[in-house]
Amino acid sequence: MSAAGATSARARRVRMPQLDAGERVRAAVIVVLLLFVVLLLPQLLSGYWVTVFTSVAIYSIVALGLGILMGRTGLVSLGQIALLALAAWVAARLFFATGLPFPIVLLGSGLITTVLGALVGLPALRLSGLYLALITLMLAGAITVVLRATNFPNGGHGFLGHLETDRGNANIRRPAIASGDTAYLRYTVIVAAIMFLIALIHVRARPGRAWAAIRQSESAALAAGVNVTLYKMWAFALASFLTGVAGGLLAANSGQLFITTFPTSDSITLLAVVLMGGIYSLWGAVVAGLLMQFLPAVLNNWGVPADWLTIVFGAGVLQVLLTAPQGLVYQFPRDMAKLGRLISGLAGRGRPPRREGAS
Amino acid sequence: MIEIKDLTVRFGGVTPLDHMTITFEEGTNGLIGPNGAGKTTFFNVLSGFVRPTEGSVTAFGENLLAMAHFRRARWGVRRTFQTEQAIEELSIYNNVAMVHEHSSKERHGARSEAVLSAIEFVGLAASPQTRVGTLGAGERRLVELARAVVGQPRVILLDEPAAGLPDEESVRTSEVIRKIPEERGALVILVDHDMSLVSACCRKTAVLDFGKLIASGDTAEVLRNDEVKKAYLGVEAVAV
Repeated sequence: MSAAGATSARARRVRMPQLDAGERVRAAVIVVLLLFVVLLLPQLLSGYWVTVFTSVAIYSIVALGLGILMGRTGLVSLGQIALLALAAWVAARLFFATGLPFPIVLLGSGLITTVLGALVGLPALRLSGLYLALITLMLAGAITVVLRATNFPNGGHGFLGHLETDRGNANIRRPAIASGDTAYLRYTVIVAAIMFLIALIHVRARPGRAWAAIRQSESAALAAGVNVTLYKMWAFALASFLTGVAGGLLAANSGQLFITTFPTSDSITLLAVVLMGGIYSLWGAVVAGLLMQFLPAVLNNWGVPADWLTIVFGAGVLQVLLTAPQGLVYQFPRDMAKLGRLISGLAGRGRPPRREGAS
Repeated sequence: MIEIKDLTVRFGGVTPLDHMTITFEEGTNGLIGPNGAGKTTFFNVLSGFVRPTEGSVTAFGENLLAMAHFRRARWGVRRTFQTEQAIEELSIYNNVAMVHEHSSKERHGARSEAVLSAIEFVGLAASPQTRVGTLGAGERRLVELARAVVGQPRVILLDEPAAGLPDEESVRTSEVIRKIPEERGALVILVDHDMSLVSACCRKTAVLDFGKLIASGDTAEVLRNDEVKKAYLGVEAVAV
């Protein structure tokens, strides 16, 4: 009886707090970091690095989408960059065809890509693992082939909106409040933050719990009453929405779009950097964005061909899979803490620690 | 009450369930049989993972087989698995809440209370916020049990809920199972090889062998039945 009484008291005591102390600290750190990136970082960067960081923010959103699919729901997709190209096409079409405000165009591109991505996701209901990866890769190739034939809208007439002679004349417009590169970086970071918030809300709520169940055991999810088909489609739809918004941001960032920006192989690189960054964490998507856009820019700046990154990423994925499957977002703080303990240990003793029994 | 009539499942030339006819009454019912007897297949039919070739399942007057598998949880069918399937990435609370939000018609505001009451019912000592991946095998089994009892379950299917657990934890599990019908109001079907667990929990027990029902009735009598001993130990063993 007393045990039952104790558990009942515990049940009464335990309420589900919205944020515990650790989470409040984390939220505060995120807000400070965001303020730094929005307010200070653009001031500190030169023109080249402003565009690089804009790309980092955009590709972080794309990586976030893949993280939702693979890390949360267990669905492999090797077609995310092709979907990004499709989204950029849709956004460019909307920009030229309508006079809608920029945020509405972003939303429109997100929603249209959601529908297209959900259609892409249909095979996922029947396939998984290697077969799903293969199908999405083939689809990515198909999208690239079609877009190479149709080209991107550049102010021309008709459904495709592309005119060879008009090339270079019409730019995809940016929002009036963010027409300069620095202001557009700020705008992109804020939109990215909203996308991360949307993802976070999903992960923390009903869909996130359903996805976790599906990823570990579809049988357990079904037995719990989860409509597995619906939630798999939901994951594809959310990832596509995020990619759609990223496509809109990318279109306005470049001004003009070319299919060479979206090689099919980038979809594989995206998977590699998402794995390296940390597929189970939203922060992993930020690291993935940095790896995919910042690192090549650094190498270019040093005069090293960015192709070398293929080798670096290959080794990086191997390293992460062997030593820290949760990715750099977990590995880096863990190793830094170890290093800190080692240094403080050395400083405390004044000499390196020696093994017990060593003479 | 669940009435099973002529339930048959065929996979090609294999017949895991062969014209099974039985009625499960309120309370905790045992279902035993050697490996490959068709016990898990029977659970899979009730959960909707396997479509039977013929036969009917009427649970509390409703045709269970006509419902989509994910709707059965909402109707009140819950189950645990032979290989425990607690979701590692989620906390204890979220594991149970996940079932509640997909299977209960209760309003959202009542969730926290229902989930905590289920966790309390199975006697999990760890904080509800603990990630299931950090728990031991016994506690994970209790998380699965909490998922099965949350909300308003009507039929709970337990597939070897104490498999691989040390005796002490097995006893604790049996204590939880025994109080389910009275305190949670659900009919329980318990599949297990551990006869002490089945004897402790079930007044009535049915025995399957090669997909056929070979005995059913009072647990103590069923366990004394020669047919049952033969099925478990083999003809020679009983003859000696």
